[in-house]
Amino acid sequence: MQDYYEIRWHGRGGQGAITAAKILAQAAYLEGYQGVTAAPSFGAERRGAPVSASTRISPQTVMVVSQVENPNVVVVLDHTLLKYEEVTSGLVKGGWLIVNSWRHPKELDLGGDFNIATADATGVCSSLGLVVAGLTVVNTAILGAFIRATEAVGMASIEKAIRERFSNSEVGINLAAIAQTYEITKLEKMR
Amino acid sequence: MIFVGKKMVRRATTRILDGNHAAAQGAKLSRVQVIAAYPITPQSPVTETLSEFVEGGELDAQYIAVESEHSALAVCTSASMVGARTFTATSAHGLAYMHEMLHWAAGARLPVVLACVNRAIGAPWNVLNDQQDSISQRDTGWIQIYARNNQEILDSIIQAYKIAESVYVPVMVCYDGYILSHTEMPVDIPSQEDVDRFLPLYKPHTILDPANPKNYNLVTLANPRVNTEGVLCHGYMELRYLLQEALQNSRETITTVGREFGELFGRSYASMFWEDRLDDADIVIVAMGSLAMEAIVAADMLREAGNKVGVLGLRVFRPFPKSDVVQALEKSRLVVIFDKNISYGLEGATCSEIKSALYGSSINAVIRNFIVGLGGRDVKARELVDAVNKSLLSVKEGDLNKEYPEWICDI
Repeated sequence: MQDYYEIRWHGRGGQGAITAAKILAQAAYLEGYQGVTAAPSFGAERRGAPVSASTRISPQTVMVVSQVENPNVVVVLDHTLLKYEEVTSGLVKGGWLIVNSWRHPKELDLGGDFNIATADATGVCSSLGLVVAGLTVVNTAILGAFIRATEAVGMASIEKAIRERFSNSEVGINLAAIAQTYEITKLEKMR
Repeated sequence: MIFVGKKMVRRATTRILDGNHAAAQGAKLSRVQVIAAYPITPQSPVTETLSEFVEGGELDAQYIAVESEHSALAVCTSASMVGARTFTATSAHGLAYMHEMLHWAAGARLPVVLACVNRAIGAPWNVLNDQQDSISQRDTGWIQIYARNNQEILDSIIQAYKIAESVYVPVMVCYDGYILSHTEMPVDIPSQEDVDRFLPLYKPHTILDPANPKNYNLVTLANPRVNTEGVLCHGYMELRYLLQEALQNSRETITTVGREFGELFGRSYASMFWEDRLDDADIVIVAMGSLAMEAIVAADMLREAGNKVGVLGLRVFRPFPKSDVVQALEKSRLVVIFDKNISYGLEGATCSEIKSALYGSSINAVIRNFIVGLGGRDVKARELVDAVNKSLLSVKEGDLNKEYPEWICDI
């Protein structure tokens, strides 16, 4: 297991990319990492428009305050964003690209020196009814794919972070979404 | 319970907080009594959080909604004069709009504390970070403290009240917009009981009392003058001299308060600036705010390449710690100063201050000034490294000073 992660999240305004970045930071801290930071991309955000966020995880205090340039994990909450070059930009060799998609990683047809994980988080959330104002909210579900692919934090820490952040009535459905997405995640390691 | 030094403190709770929430927690723990603020990006969550604390009964304070930043600070100065502990927060254009009242609060010697969430000033319109807003207010007579991370925001606000109420000078706690205000990181939140022990209740130097009416800060003439009771009173200039004297002497209070804070909470602020590996450094990077953290990463990279590099992270900008800076730069042959501000037509403000501090000292280091990060332009450790390497080349040329700063941008 490596010990320093720079994770960049891509989604659309309203999907909860920023919240996902924060939940992961909190879970990593609970896991025992002393240094965690979570930040939105700076500036204005609009519903439906592409947004990004970042999480840094380290055994020591994070001293870097500049924006993530070379993430070792990129998480994409909306697969239609893959057409934008900046989504995979800077992803390090051997890193992970994690995509909310019903396709198999091979079918994404992405060249690159990185591993790919896919999971149909949208499908999981629709069947569970994790929908807010007509939008499936996949930000918690995709954490299941994240921990399956990277093993950076354990399910117990994620569960604890979810319990700290959400009200009792919301905990169950979010934990179910994470567990189900974890199970259906398909991994394709780079050759 | 844990023991730090001789004193006993209750265990703090650690939460993952962004800078704005850390600031709001700091104000709450300081038991502020009057809050007046007007929302502006990226400061808004500070005031929103505080209004929720008041509304929810967690904080026994009056939250006064105002129509502008000028009024926000007018309310704070008035409430402070009546005898309340007051807090406000703002950014950029909001701080500029407070300008008149900033002078007033300092001139009236009121211990108001203000959180400035550093943001660029238009035109052109920009909501992102640089430090032009607070630097533009440096001559208003306020103490200015800059935080490098969210823990320092919370800690500095608590200390700011103790400093302000000791020297009767208002204090501005500045922190980088977005880079800190919207970035979450672990923050230790001390217990209320411990903060109460550190920061006693405010004892005002003036209290307006309808039963005993008085005038304050009336028209004051240039020369001392005998009042109606036959007492010789200061003229305007004497009162202004006392403000300067208070800032000159506040260094002692700032470092003592910082040391006491460290004894109780385990995080010492006994120095006017942060030193990183200055002991053996002949190359020193100077930066203020969060950039002073990134600079430590740059110093790591430069040390790996065999350079003896240290970082001087400016914490207190006013009063400017001239003699301390001279001492810290004693061994340096190259000082590279990064400014997220500029005094147009001259150079970055911290560069000017450092050059002025070095006048008459035996230090004859090469000084280079880089303007960086304006309007939220990302500043990466590798760019700081490049700037230091570029500066090292001119050390060889023996070119001590440049007339104007260099910019890290695309022109």
